[in-house]
Amino acid sequence: MSEISKTDNTMPQVFREIFSGGLVRTVISILLGFLVGAIFMVVSNKEFIESLGYIFARPGDALGAAFAVVSDGYGALFRGAIYNADAETFEKAIRPLTETLRLGAPLIAAGLGIGLTFRVGLFNIGGTGQLVFGMIFATFVATRLELPFVLHTILALIAGIAGAALLGALVGFLKARTGAHEVILTIMMNYVAVFLFTFLMRDPALLQEERASGNPKAEAAAETAMFPKLLGDSYSLHWGLIAALLSVVVFWWLMERSTIGYRLRMVGFNPDAARAAGINVEKTYILAMALSAGFVGVAAANQSLGTAVGVVPSSHANIGFDAITVALLGGSSAPGILLAGLLFGAFSAGAPSMQVVGVSPEVLGIVQGAIVLFIAAPPLIRALFRLPKPQTTHALEAFRKRIFVRGGSK
Amino acid sequence: MKLELSGITKRFGAVTANEAIDLVIEPGEIHALLGENGAGKSTLMNVLYGLYSADEGHIELDGVRQNFSGPGDAMAAGIGMVHQHFMLIPVFTVAENVALGHEPTNAIGVIDLAQAKKQVLEISERFGFNIDPDALVEDLPVGAQQRVEIIKALSREAKVLVLDEPTAVLTPQETDELMDIMRQLAKSGTSIVFITHKLREVKAVADRITVIRLGKVVGSAKPDASESELASMMVGREVMLTVDKKPATLGDVVLGVEHVTVLDDRSQKAVNDVSFEVRGGEILALAGVQGNGQTELAEFLLGLRKPFGSKTKSTLNGKEITNKSVREVLESGVGFIPEDRQSDGLVSEFTVAENLMLNSSYKSRFTKGLTINFAARKKIANELVQEFDVRTPSSETVAHKLSGGNQQKVVVARELSREVSLLIASQPTRGVDVGSIEFIHERILAERDAGKAVVLISSELDEVLALADRIAVMYRGKIVGIVEPSTSREDLGKLMAGVTA
Repeated sequence: MSEISKTDNTMPQVFREIFSGGLVRTVISILLGFLVGAIFMVVSNKEFIESLGYIFARPGDALGAAFAVVSDGYGALFRGAIYNADAETFEKAIRPLTETLRLGAPLIAAGLGIGLTFRVGLFNIGGTGQLVFGMIFATFVATRLELPFVLHTILALIAGIAGAALLGALVGFLKARTGAHEVILTIMMNYVAVFLFTFLMRDPALLQEERASGNPKAEAAAETAMFPKLLGDSYSLHWGLIAALLSVVVFWWLMERSTIGYRLRMVGFNPDAARAAGINVEKTYILAMALSAGFVGVAAANQSLGTAVGVVPSSHANIGFDAITVALLGGSSAPGILLAGLLFGAFSAGAPSMQVVGVSPEVLGIVQGAIVLFIAAPPLIRALFRLPKPQTTHALEAFRKRIFVRGGSK
Repeated sequence: MKLELSGITKRFGAVTANEAIDLVIEPGEIHALLGENGAGKSTLMNVLYGLYSADEGHIELDGVRQNFSGPGDAMAAGIGMVHQHFMLIPVFTVAENVALGHEPTNAIGVIDLAQAKKQVLEISERFGFNIDPDALVEDLPVGAQQRVEIIKALSREAKVLVLDEPTAVLTPQETDELMDIMRQLAKSGTSIVFITHKLREVKAVADRITVIRLGKVVGSAKPDASESELASMMVGREVMLTVDKKPATLGDVVLGVEHVTVLDDRSQKAVNDVSFEVRGGEILALAGVQGNGQTELAEFLLGLRKPFGSKTKSTLNGKEITNKSVREVLESGVGFIPEDRQSDGLVSEFTVAENLMLNSSYKSRFTKGLTINFAARKKIANELVQEFDVRTPSSETVAHKLSGGNQQKVVVARELSREVSLLIASQPTRGVDVGSIEFIHERILAERDAGKAVVLISSELDEVLALADRIAVMYRGKIVGIVEPSTSREDLGKLMAGVTA
């Protein structure tokens, strides 16, 4: 056996996943995203615009201003998301990093959920609705039941997962039964879930906090149900991160090692062959939607059990949609989603400090969108950088082909 | 018009699909391009038609060098192509289809359909095509659709007509008609390039034969060359066109099929009250031109298609399987080689090993609890790759990188390595090279000799005659006769066209 195939066999699946997913393309997309963000920072900068008035007299001013604003902006992002060198103590200096982890955790969990549907050839846009359903269930258990610590947390977490999975399964069932498209179903379910949640939070007999007086706000989770702090009280990082990391491991095992994941992937690649191989494709869709939403449910528990403040209708924090970008950027693989979730977590953590230095943090939204645009348009990147065509067909690629090339999925 | 291809070389990455091919086609000549699937015939014709540009070499028409940058150029220069898969719009009429792309228009730019109809009628009458310009293409039989394609090419004044595997979809009678048409066209001065891998047809109609193997011209022959001579040129060695076959030792009835009626996707009766039995140790061939219900019957047997009506019944080893799910049918001992391996037989993004466990992912030798038993899978896959002679760099190679024949061997290996009492083999050697055909035929015979029941669905008469112990001919959803394999080709052809004795 040749040297290459030997390493091929011993190299863990994890690394193969990373490299087969077009790592180079992903890195280029991220860099291009930052470049686009930099352009926006520059053209919206007052000094730069003023310097344009005399650009031919002193072009150095414009360049200087451009450089200053970009380094200020991304410098602040780094300080706010990773390491703050200006802080007095080391504990304070690494605080931003823990914030990145805290904010990245729900994105990772939800990203896994969305990524799972990509692998099965489905498109779950209902992350928000499923997250909200999970929050309803988790909040209920966390506020309305009295249980000892640990047990209470675990039960609330399970409730969050189950609540989300329930909504996911319903979408899968409707798709399998009626043939309705999951994109339409999940979008509509988002509305139902969000407004149901608001409704529940308006009644003290249901989820509302006593003192909220008419405002939709749920009671805070009981202390016994909350995720305990991970690194002591000086950091807000809590066990939600551990739940997210466990989800990554479970996802990897499920998709790469288990027979369930094997069948899910089979249906994703070729539902006709799966059917001929004796697989009930409709049931697989239901299972996939339930599992997908279950991962989103971990993010839901993170939102409900992570803070001592009661959740409000906006507590879903758009995680359901951001998870789509996380899954796309992460190539729907466990390690990819982990990294992508951390990157977007860093964006959330760093945004406030960008505002402090006078760069509008909305730039980060542009960066985020641009990255995914580049990711979703591999031919564009390949043309720009003359990269070779990818050798392996990716789950995502197959899915894109189905949706966009043949004029719609079945 | 004289067509001359010289030194055509076309590479795809490391693969050379055509290597320094020279080809001269005289005016009014029927020139057969003979070769196995994957020999490079289609690539060559796509170069000629301007779909690919050649890396080396050039094309001359009547001594003038051509430089096609697309099919439009090729058409304008007088080259017409009839593809294997028709490029017609089913809901358009014949005239509309023929006009498509160069519609005759009147002064204010409105399509002049009358003009298009006139053109169709003119060509149709000149060559006796018997085509109604107002008929919807979807209502026409396959043979007639093909004639519409030919009319399309002729209406653009094609002087060289390329026919890519034109007989694959035709009944023997339609094939004969097509050959008459080809002769007539040639007589009127049109040059014809006839791409095929069927030796009999080549001998019947060609003026000259060029044999291509592995992208190279390996020789040319006159139509009076013997079939085995041509075949050995194609594959590079002597091949047995018939398989050695022991007489069948019949066992108990394995598959019983009674009054089966099945609807197709358009809710038409695709299979209409069909009954037959298959015993252990025999091969029953379901012969017939494609689209006469064989596909739907196979799908029904597997549980992919639900039966219609209450009389429909199928049994396996005496147990009813009429309404069972696909998984139950497979697990009760049925092996299934689907007719379209790309869409139903393989997941092309999966590795060879992954494809080998496609229908044993629940509880099998490939699994350990809920996990895939990777060690066992690798071992089994390596063994099967060896045993079934799958030419692949490793069992971890992605299936779509394999050639068609080797992909098919993966499917065959998967189905034959399971414990089955019935094998349903649908077009098991379609698009497969001659060497693999021989191998697959031997394996199917081995199954029969081991006492398994085999249902062979095939539209290749050669295959049916070589393997079958009994031949059931299907026509329009019914079995029009069950005959012995000693039946003559002519009689089988008549049955396939629905003429019962």
